[in-house]
Amino acid sequence: MNNIVIKTNNLSKIYHQGEIEVNALNNVSCEFQKGEFTAIVGPSGSGKTTFLNIIGGLDSPTSGYVQIADVNISKLKSSKLIDFRLHNIGFIFQAYNLIPVLTAKENVEFIMLLQGTDKEYRNKRTHDLLEEVGLGELVNRRPTQLSGGQQQRVAVARALASKPRFILADEPTANLDSKSTTQLLDIMAKLNEEEGTTFIFSTHDQRVIDRAKRIIVLEDGKIVEDKK
Amino acid sequence: MFKIIKIAWRNIWRNKLRSSVVMISIILGLWSGLFILAMTYGLNEQRIDGAINTVLSHIQIHNPDFLNDQKINDTIINKEFVLNSIKNTDKVYKFTERLISTGMVSNAKGSYGIQLTGINPDTEKQVTEIYSKLIDGEYFTKLKRNPAVIGEKLAKKMKLKLNSKIIVTLQNTKGDLTNAAFRIEGIFKTQNTIFDETTIFVRKTDLSKIIGLTNGQIHEIAIVGKSLEDSKLIANNLKNIDKLNKIQTWSEISPELGYAQEMMSTFLIIFMGIVLMALSFGIINSMLMAVLERKKELGMLMAIGMKKRSIFIMITFETIFLTLIAAPIGLLFSYISIEYFAKHGIDLSNFASGLESLGIGAIIHTYLPVKMYFEVSLLTVLVAFISSLFPARRALKLNPAEAIKSL
Ligand SMILES: Nc1ncnc2c1ncn2[C@@H]1O[C@H](COP(=O)(O)OP(=O)(O)OP(=O)(O)O)[C@@H](O)[C@H]1O
Ligand SMILES: [Mg+2]
Repeated sequence: MNNIVIKTNNLSKIYHQGEIEVNALNNVSCEFQKGEFTAIVGPSGSGKTTFLNIIGGLDSPTSGYVQIADVNISKLKSSKLIDFRLHNIGFIFQAYNLIPVLTAKENVEFIMLLQGTDKEYRNKRTHDLLEEVGLGELVNRRPTQLSGGQQQRVAVARALASKPRFILADEPTANLDSKSTTQLLDIMAKLNEEEGTTFIFSTHDQRVIDRAKRIIVLEDGKIVEDKK
Repeated sequence: MFKIIKIAWRNIWRNKLRSSVVMISIILGLWSGLFILAMTYGLNEQRIDGAINTVLSHIQIHNPDFLNDQKINDTIINKEFVLNSIKNTDKVYKFTERLISTGMVSNAKGSYGIQLTGINPDTEKQVTEIYSKLIDGEYFTKLKRNPAVIGEKLAKKMKLKLNSKIIVTLQNTKGDLTNAAFRIEGIFKTQNTIFDETTIFVRKTDLSKIIGLTNGQIHEIAIVGKSLEDSKLIANNLKNIDKLNKIQTWSEISPELGYAQEMMSTFLIIFMGIVLMALSFGIINSMLMAVLERKKELGMLMAIGMKKRSIFIMITFETIFLTLIAAPIGLLFSYISIEYFAKHGIDLSNFASGLESLGIGAIIHTYLPVKMYFEVSLLTVLVAFISSLFPARRALKLNPAEAIKSL
């Protein structure tokens, strides 16, 4: 019955820029269900990145809290939080997703190494995931030998590899051309449809917004619209 | 863990220029450190060797009173017994008897204080190497009457040539001043100009007549062991047998040789400190840049769940790898150059006049004990390792959200 993966309660984040206080997030409360495919949208500076970072435990709120699977992550100590992220959250960033000195295969494998899974499992899962994102041929290339779109697909495979509860993606398509954007979205949508992977991503791109099943609109750190 | 080390290994090849700079500074640091060390060691060895081979020998025996004020009458006690004991002592190679008398030498150019050393040329040759340091003349082979062998410096000062006559004024056993004429048969030159300026060698038999010592009494016995390392052992054995005379090793006779060594090691410690500090700053600076340049990547690693400890290890290993590559190269360069100059010597003739008065000589042959190679390398690796901790610590202070945002 309990399908809630993330619950945020009165999240606020205040940044201090010299004398000025910036209310990047203002009392945001919302819930994310398992299997959702959510786009966070809003003008630049509306708080999208701040919101995703706090949900993902990369940043801590000034007040309020984030609860993931009954754990209040806003209260976790730094080392516990790193471990929590490793086992529960997948990340896809706009850029600098991959370790430049490792091949695509090694990058995907790396996160499972950190988790301490055994070799046979790692090899199989790495292989399956890279096949799934359509990079079965390019497993031994390093990031610099891959296109931007291919790199982001490796990032998706890497994010999935740890079997997280959900995947956060901050403007994953911002650096991609339209063809690569479509390819990446196809893969994300397919994973969501077929395997129920929960995605939360921020974007400015209307084509990406159109593919979302739920759209949360932020403005000045507040949710002004939330449509499913 | 293995993967993290592998990543560290690959990371050092990303910025080849910076890695080269770090490695080159380690190589140069190690090289210059070891080479200067080898030069000072060589210098000191040469000083000690020079002193031992020209006059000191390994062990000397005197009447204890003679050491206080060099009175002619304070000769070795129970000479025959002592000589017999020496012959029967293990590890003794050769020994020789000497008479010693301080006095004045004069000619038309002036008078100078000198020490007259009366020797037995045949046995002296087995103990010291003055005979091989002649630049002119012979070593007590030609002249029948009162031959003398003097140093180049004294010869120059007094404008003496072979066959020149000198008059020495000495005290005899009765305390009266007495004069004697000697003829120059040979001129030597050692690395020590003070020695060359103040020492005159004559035959023991000639000197004993002049000062009036009969019955073969002597002031000094100089002994060489089969190796320099045996000095202490031989001296101790003799001390057990002969309790009346004073038995001293070379370092006890000439403690200043040891002081010089101590002074040098203080200088060397300071020097190495400076080299290592420069090295450490270089490493910290370069590796800090390497960390700050990769902020986003490190932030991403923290974000996806890499433990701080692992990141710390990764960055530390980057420095360690650079050190482990560079240190052997630095060692190899050091070894080759030290060995080369050990054979061929470094010519310091331009500064030599100063050095020779210190008893060093114009050509330095580098020398470094094997254990110093180990110690200095260990120290270098240690310093590199400690330096690597600062950039690694800096990486831990990164906040993943901030690090990723800094696009
Ligand atoms: N570290 C920071 N220090 C000070 N102010 C910050 C910091 N990070 C974000 N802000 C401010 O908080 C507000 C929200 O920023 P945020 O990056 O979340 O917006 P965003 O919606 O992601 O914008 P964009 O679409 O440009 O990525 C902005 O006004 C921004 O200037
Ligand atoms: Mg943003």
